[in-house]
Amino acid sequence: MTSVLEPPVLLPEDPRPIASGALRRPARTDGFWSWITSIDHKRVGIMYGVTAMTFFVIGGFEALLIRLQLASPNGRILDANAYNEVFTMHGTTMVFLVVMPLGAAFMNYLIPLQVGARDVAFPRLNALSYWLFLFGGLFLYSSVFLGGMPNGGWFGYAPNTSIVYSPGHNIDFWIGGLLITGIASTVGAVNLITTCLNMRAPGMGLFRMPVFTWMALVTQFLLLFALPVITIALFLLMFDRNFGANFFNPANGGDPVLWQHLFWLFGHPEVYIMIMPAFGIVSEVIPTFSRKPLFGYKVMVFSGIAIGFMGWGVWVHHMFAVGLGPVSITAFSISTMFIAVPTGVKIFNWIGTMWKGSLRFTSAMLFAVGLVSMFTIGGLSGVTHSVSPHDRQQTDTYYIVAHFHYVLFGGAVFGIFAGIYFWYPKVFGQLLDERLGKVHFWLWIVGFNLTFAPHHILGLQGMPRRIYTYPEGTGWDFWNMVSTVGSFIIALGLLVFFANVRRTDKRHKRDHLTVEADPWDARGLEWSTPSPVPAYNFIESPEIHAVDDWWHRKYTEDEDGRMQRLDDYDKAKASAEEHLKPGQAVHLPSPSFYPIIAAAAIFVAMFGVVYGRSAGANYAITGLGVLVLVCTLIAWALEPSTEPDDALVDADADRLLGLAPAGSAQAELGSGDGGGDQPALTSGGSSGGGAG
Amino acid sequence: MGVRRPSSLRSAAVAVCCLAILGAGCAADTPQNTFDPEGPFSRSVDDLIKPVFLIAAVVFVFVEGLIVYAMFRFRRRSEEDRPEQIHGSTKFELAWTIAPALILVFVGVITVSKIFYLDRQFKDAMQVEVIGHQWWWEYNYKDGDGKTFVAAANELHIPVGRKVQLNLTSADVIHNYWPPKLAGKIYAIPGRRNHMTIQADKADFYYGECAEYCGLSHANMRLRVVSESQADFDRWVEANSPDRPSFSYPIVGSDDQATASEEAKGHTLFLQKGCSGCHAVNGVARGAVGPNLTYFNSRATFAGAIFENDNDNLRAWLRDPPSEKPGSLMPKLNLSETEITSLIAYLRTLGDPGLRGAPVPSGVAAGPPQP
Repeated sequence: MTSVLEPPVLLPEDPRPIASGALRRPARTDGFWSWITSIDHKRVGIMYGVTAMTFFVIGGFEALLIRLQLASPNGRILDANAYNEVFTMHGTTMVFLVVMPLGAAFMNYLIPLQVGARDVAFPRLNALSYWLFLFGGLFLYSSVFLGGMPNGGWFGYAPNTSIVYSPGHNIDFWIGGLLITGIASTVGAVNLITTCLNMRAPGMGLFRMPVFTWMALVTQFLLLFALPVITIALFLLMFDRNFGANFFNPANGGDPVLWQHLFWLFGHPEVYIMIMPAFGIVSEVIPTFSRKPLFGYKVMVFSGIAIGFMGWGVWVHHMFAVGLGPVSITAFSISTMFIAVPTGVKIFNWIGTMWKGSLRFTSAMLFAVGLVSMFTIGGLSGVTHSVSPHDRQQTDTYYIVAHFHYVLFGGAVFGIFAGIYFWYPKVFGQLLDERLGKVHFWLWIVGFNLTFAPHHILGLQGMPRRIYTYPEGTGWDFWNMVSTVGSFIIALGLLVFFANVRRTDKRHKRDHLTVEADPWDARGLEWSTPSPVPAYNFIESPEIHAVDDWWHRKYTEDEDGRMQRLDDYDKAKASAEEHLKPGQAVHLPSPSFYPIIAAAAIFVAMFGVVYGRSAGANYAITGLGVLVLVCTLIAWALEPSTEPDDALVDADADRLLGLAPAGSAQAELGSGDGGGDQPALTSGGSSGGGAG
Repeated sequence: MGVRRPSSLRSAAVAVCCLAILGAGCAADTPQNTFDPEGPFSRSVDDLIKPVFLIAAVVFVFVEGLIVYAMFRFRRRSEEDRPEQIHGSTKFELAWTIAPALILVFVGVITVSKIFYLDRQFKDAMQVEVIGHQWWWEYNYKDGDGKTFVAAANELHIPVGRKVQLNLTSADVIHNYWPPKLAGKIYAIPGRRNHMTIQADKADFYYGECAEYCGLSHANMRLRVVSESQADFDRWVEANSPDRPSFSYPIVGSDDQATASEEAKGHTLFLQKGCSGCHAVNGVARGAVGPNLTYFNSRATFAGAIFENDNDNLRAWLRDPPSEKPGSLMPKLNLSETEITSLIAYLRTLGDPGLRGAPVPSGVAAGPPQP
């Protein structure tokens, strides 16, 4: 189903800025408060990205602590309890607070742009997803000050996480934090699926969607079905801990293995949730910098869908040593082997895209090819895990740690950084320094391999996972030290990236630099809009005639099949720079306070659940939070998505304007406010009020 | 424009170097090295994975070689480059779908029979019940009627060349039993019973550890398998019999402190300081929380196989167990140094150090008192 964008309307002669105030619908489009109430998918995407990057730094510190502790035998940096908290938080942070939200950042920002829409299907729900992510992360980390961080591992196996063996609140914070972020992912999935299916521009059939959007769509379906599984597992664990249930307690008829099944039923699709957005990103980056279309578009789409389905049938490969019996082990060995086929096909298709292309090695392209190369290694070690008899040696050792860091860091994180370098000009209107980008890349290729390649050896030399120290005489000293050195090189590379971001910002502001709409001569619809993207995305609905429609407005193929510039090339490029004309305005969904309030209510309620275990009276906090939530949701439902008269954005500074004619009560209120008058009128030279 | 041929050679050279480094890393023998199987079960999985590693190495060199080659061969020579806009190729898609699938069919076929082999229960295997605790391993050797004929901890003694079936469960959280040179690992789960057969080719020590995160001292839950000749094993079994009561000393009152032997004083302390509440000693105490100490001095290690069983380590342990092993359920008893001396003397009477299968450190060879 496709939908046409509402065309711009003419503003009345004397539009007044809308008053904003405590009990009114928020109306500011600039300043700190506008971010709190924004429902613009671009802002939500940026907030997701910045918050996730912050958690990346925190998770990175945790990694450095681990590496310092393990650099030599009998390490004294962290004691046993501190180490157990640090490795638990490192895993939990990187999975739930970094890789997933970074994927969400890209999916939020790009999906409406790539399908030709002005926003997602449910803009306020989108904002709710972000606030729940932030509050879930804060909830998890509040445990630092409240008695101890979670220490049961990111996988939280029962009965170690039961109340008997984990009597403190550590695990309660883990449960609560993941439940909160779980809601974020689930509602986000509903939102983005609806957007992809219902809001595509005219002419964009499903098989004209970009591969990034396809991979995002598969990811959203995986989220939709996987999150409920872990939500249930977490509730069962919560009931065991708080209310005397016995789901995982063998003494009273429960079974700890049930936890593992539920966790990994979620956990395996989860790893595809983490990698698919990165696969989508490199499927956009590599064709752009090869000047060739993606090799095998349909195969790439179908292999992604295949991985999405097959990913549900392999979870027991995380449990090969549990003792489930040879029949189920055989079935899951075979299914795990075969999921390598659609994944391998993608690797070959990316190489095929590069083959006979004209390759330009920008930072984005380096990271994208880096993903192809590093993910191959991680994928091959994954195939060795599928040989379950030998997995009885590999599982729960550093060999596994090597595998998943190759696919998650070398794969997902490299892909995400390819996306950051690629779309940075589109999002922020600034071009990151290419030389620093290359320094970042090479530091990471060296540092990353130095850190994680030795783990293959360590695991097969008998080093198990999750040990806070090891004695002399194991023979593991050398490679652990090498790994630690590598981890600091990774840290250095990240510092180079942040230095690049800062230097770029200063340079652009100092020299009033701007970036064109399509600096990379790229292929997707998002490059047909100005950089940075105005609040309304597109002035009018684009008409889609092919995959990579934007590319086809610039180029065609000559009789030898070689790319050839169209006569309309310059016209197309110029049209991409167009903004709304003065006097024109566009209807957009209106900002709202309710998403952040709803998220805060859930956050507060969850504290009641943690402390209710100690004293029943604390459940009143939960009651209060739920009450506020219910009231908020009712008010939200009654609030129109778009305030009919005030949801206009104009050309000048992307500010919200009202239609109230001069002399009306609303207009009089508006003039004295001070909120709407000046700040939005910034000139186009700086980053501009509408920066997403 | 000349094509840079050496790039593909260079990439092959780099790959070979990487493999050599990896190989060098793998070749160094370490106590828990999975590449040094010393029993049929570990050897069978090692033999299984070798062709798979080889296939993976070949695929690695091939794919990475293609990537590096493409990076050099097709780099942009000029902004005027106009590459052919190839959209795909059914021929290639089929090739790189079917070829990997066939390789995986091969891998699958060689794998399946090994899965069933590892699960087999052999009628002639000796049966040992293995119970995981936070953070030590308990072994109960069972005879044909299911009766325990040896109750041991930390070290698993087995006769060379004989199949031993481990029947595993846990007393608390999930643990994972792993002696890498003899076998892969298997979970010990409370409320469930798993089995794994091991066998050692020769008399030696095999080091291992718990490989499932089980709480504070997960890193301190190690194990040793001591394989020895059938004769030595029989001697060990005989000496560790649960039916043989330990020598019982008279209680040493405050008046007798000067004249009583260290062993007798230690025995009294063992009863009076609460040790007997957690530890069993045949005929003396029946505690069931910590390991059975009847044959403590027959063991080469203690505290979850993390300390050599010598007097210095034992003294440090008795002074303050939780500081030696975080989270240890054995509390600090605030014993004086003379009390510790007596306790050590008593513990040295429990078992025969000659049966450790390991060199005996000095000072621990007290052995049981002669009647």
